[in-house]
Amino acid sequence: MTELVNGRGLSLVPKTDAKQTLKDFKSDQEVRWCPGCGDYAILAAVQSFLPELGLKRENIVFVSGIGCSSRFPYYLNTYGFHSIHGRAPAIATGLAASRPDLSVWVITGDGDALSIGGNHLIHALRRNVNLNILLFNNRIYGLTKGQYSPTSEVGKITKSTPMGSLDKPFNPISLAIGAEASFVARTIDSDRKHLQSVLREATAHRGTSLVEIYQNCNIFNDNAFEQLKDPEIRDDITLRLEHGQPIVSTSKAVVRAANGGIEVADRATVSADQILVHDAHNPDPSLAFALSRLDEPAFEHVPIGVFRSVDRPAYDVLMAEQMEEAVAQKGPGDLSDLLLGGDTWRIS
Amino acid sequence: MTKQVQQLDRVIIRFAGDSGDGMQLTGDRFTAGTAEFGNDLSTLPNFPAEIRAPAGTLPGVSSFQLHFADHDILTPGDAPNVLVAMNPAALKANLGDLPRGADIIANIDEFTKRNLQKVGYAANPLEDDSLSEWRVHAVALTSLTVKALEGFDLSKKDAERSKNMFALGLLSWLYHRPTEHTIKFLEQKFAKKPEIAKANIAAFQAGWNYGETTEAFSVSYEVKPAQLAPGVYRNISGNQALAYGLIAASVQSKLPLFLGSYPITPASDILHELSKHKRFGVRTFQAEDEIAGVGAALGAAFGGALGVTTTSGPGVALKAETVGLAVTTELPLLIVDVQRAGPSTGMPTKTEQTDLLMAMFGRNGESPVPIVAPMSPSDCFAAAIEAARIAVKYRTPVMLLSDGYLANGSEPWRLPEVADLPDISQEFTTEPNGADGEFLPFKRDTDTLARPWAVPGTPGLEHRIGGIEKADGTGNISYDPDNHDLMVRTRAAKIAGIDVPDLEVDDADGDARVLVLGWGSTYGPIAAAVRRIRRAGGKVAQAHLRHLNPLPANTGEILKSYDKVLLPEINLGQLALLLRARYLVDIISYNRVRGLPFKAEELAGVIQDVIDSD
Repeated sequence: MTELVNGRGLSLVPKTDAKQTLKDFKSDQEVRWCPGCGDYAILAAVQSFLPELGLKRENIVFVSGIGCSSRFPYYLNTYGFHSIHGRAPAIATGLAASRPDLSVWVITGDGDALSIGGNHLIHALRRNVNLNILLFNNRIYGLTKGQYSPTSEVGKITKSTPMGSLDKPFNPISLAIGAEASFVARTIDSDRKHLQSVLREATAHRGTSLVEIYQNCNIFNDNAFEQLKDPEIRDDITLRLEHGQPIVSTSKAVVRAANGGIEVADRATVSADQILVHDAHNPDPSLAFALSRLDEPAFEHVPIGVFRSVDRPAYDVLMAEQMEEAVAQKGPGDLSDLLLGGDTWRIS
Repeated sequence: MTKQVQQLDRVIIRFAGDSGDGMQLTGDRFTAGTAEFGNDLSTLPNFPAEIRAPAGTLPGVSSFQLHFADHDILTPGDAPNVLVAMNPAALKANLGDLPRGADIIANIDEFTKRNLQKVGYAANPLEDDSLSEWRVHAVALTSLTVKALEGFDLSKKDAERSKNMFALGLLSWLYHRPTEHTIKFLEQKFAKKPEIAKANIAAFQAGWNYGETTEAFSVSYEVKPAQLAPGVYRNISGNQALAYGLIAASVQSKLPLFLGSYPITPASDILHELSKHKRFGVRTFQAEDEIAGVGAALGAAFGGALGVTTTSGPGVALKAETVGLAVTTELPLLIVDVQRAGPSTGMPTKTEQTDLLMAMFGRNGESPVPIVAPMSPSDCFAAAIEAARIAVKYRTPVMLLSDGYLANGSEPWRLPEVADLPDISQEFTTEPNGADGEFLPFKRDTDTLARPWAVPGTPGLEHRIGGIEKADGTGNISYDPDNHDLMVRTRAAKIAGIDVPDLEVDDADGDARVLVLGWGSTYGPIAAAVRRIRRAGGKVAQAHLRHLNPLPANTGEILKSYDKVLLPEINLGQLALLLRARYLVDIISYNRVRGLPFKAEELAGVIQDVIDSD
């Protein structure tokens, strides 16, 4: 069992010696997202990343809920389960908890994960089931044709909110950290290199990893993340989170604030030793949470990267340990002994 | 003084007291002694949903009824011969069920002015002649217990808590129950508190001795062991039998058991029981809600486990969408519904058969689901295996409809030989099945119409399934109208074609003109009523449905071969509706929805009325 407890990432999933390429992970199904959708970029990034893991393809499973992003499993030549709205984390939990030899991915969106499936998401995170959850956040309902979502900004004018939406959105990173997640990261559909670097860290983590992917819906919420893509300003507002590195953009730096919190300062006005150095492995989630609030209210500066990555035993491992302990204590179960286990009497 | 011993063929005792008085434990221990002694027995616990309702009030009364006999019996009994009333509320709440001449053993210590007032007694019924139709034994159970425990280092309050064991001792004397197991049980239960163990044993023995020495009880009773079929027996409740059945189904299907469940009355005990048996490879997952419970079970089934979810009616309502997903993805799944009184929260601790139509139709789209219903507490074991057999063989969700009466009721169970249990294992698919070496996840077995079950980890069979309509064969997304029609009909045909044993009729002389039909937990009261009719020279046939969907192939033929078909149900006629629609037979319904099982006498009257009517 020590092997399980110490097992990193996908160490329990069988590897293959066969050389894999992107093509091996493409299914024969025609991809049917709208032309220009950010989902294409994410799919391509995932398909070209998977060979790097060197896992047996048959031991990879993609589980999704409902929504545009949830069509994802159909396009990957692995095992896949396109389930029901919001329930993918629950279904994936049963699969991952009973099959530690699988690499289980959950593909979900902001409506799927944070609205109808919010409960399952937070409980999967606190349990630390061995799942990689990719949350495609486009801040809109796409498949139902353009209603505001739980990540839409206040005042969003949509088909269902002609006078503007009233409810404060969730910040998925803050929510995940609040839900005791052991791995929380953010990336963006347009930056394949960054996206894949985050996936690399997410798959190396054993337990639940939540990766928020900013994803553009060019039909119902186009340019939602334009600031992060515009070459003129993107390096200015993007705060790269890299463990052990100062948290900076080209012109900005994160420093301790006088009130005990953190704030973004003009990089030119602070000395190097004032700049906060990122510690993704800090057991205390407070700073990671504070970082997740830096993009409030508008996208003036947006942290990107791994906010938090701490070691905590994964749920399937703990479950397997209890089963092994039960066997160690009393031996494997015997049906006949079980039935005869109570007060019995014989009639002849 | 030599006391008189009277022989009885059967006795019905009801223990009743405050929810905090330990009546369920007292009943359980009396039952254990009775089972050990070798009587046939049947029990009916009845308790409020509130854990501790205000002390001494009518809503706080908890009771446990036990019927034991020197012959085989079918029900926990209609009316108690003996009521043990631990307080005025227990007397008042149960007196209406007590026939004239029955014994009342009342704890006089609790019949105080305040306690009497709480339940509206103006005068103490133990002191006026209002109970003259019954044989009243007013016993100072509390003060006798406190006195018996004087030598112990216990507060008066702690000593008083042992009064249920005093009552158990007295009843054990009165009915010649063996005592060793109760003593051993108390030693084990309070192993960490030896003083409490000793005190309870002392109270138990004091109760026994009180019966032996006091003149208040001049007669004791003997009920000889029953001549049941040879074998090894144990007493078992429906929930425990169901949990054991699920473990057996896992062993016999060679699939690891995965239970995804959310606590709900009266199903939680199955979760509790299964969580103790991890060494059988059982995984129990207490989910965040009902939906996650069934979702996780379905996810585990996709991975090759025997996926099970246990719940009651409100939980089934929440799980409906996931059951529909299991229907369309054609994965094995067991949904155990321990039915309780509804609608909505209803009466959580009371029994009903009102979820049949929900089990049958409670999903969107054409989504047929097989339904199996056990007929007695111990039958929950075999019914669980049968439900799993269907699920695994036909790759389908299956509803197992137990109910609160079966769940908490108990009876002696003749243990099956493990070697005789059916092998319900199925092979996973490991090879491509297409003409060009490809894998077709929806290419069916021509006999059962089941699709292949290829689990993740199987090389070359990578495939995607989901809730969107699938093309026949490939399983790819399809919106083709004719394909959808074909798939809807094929899924229906698969369920309709499940191999279900024929319905058997018990028609002793073969010339009855009235058939009484039942399903689920009504078997006991119906069979007991049928016996009464036959003993009185009447003619009636009985049949009991275990499979509600699909129905046995000969059901229609049997229904049509009788002049009249009577169908008692603890709902407003749900099975009757199905049978009328399907077979155009004019079923006579008898329906009561009181949260309680039928009584044999009540049903005998109904059957007689049907026989007598033209």
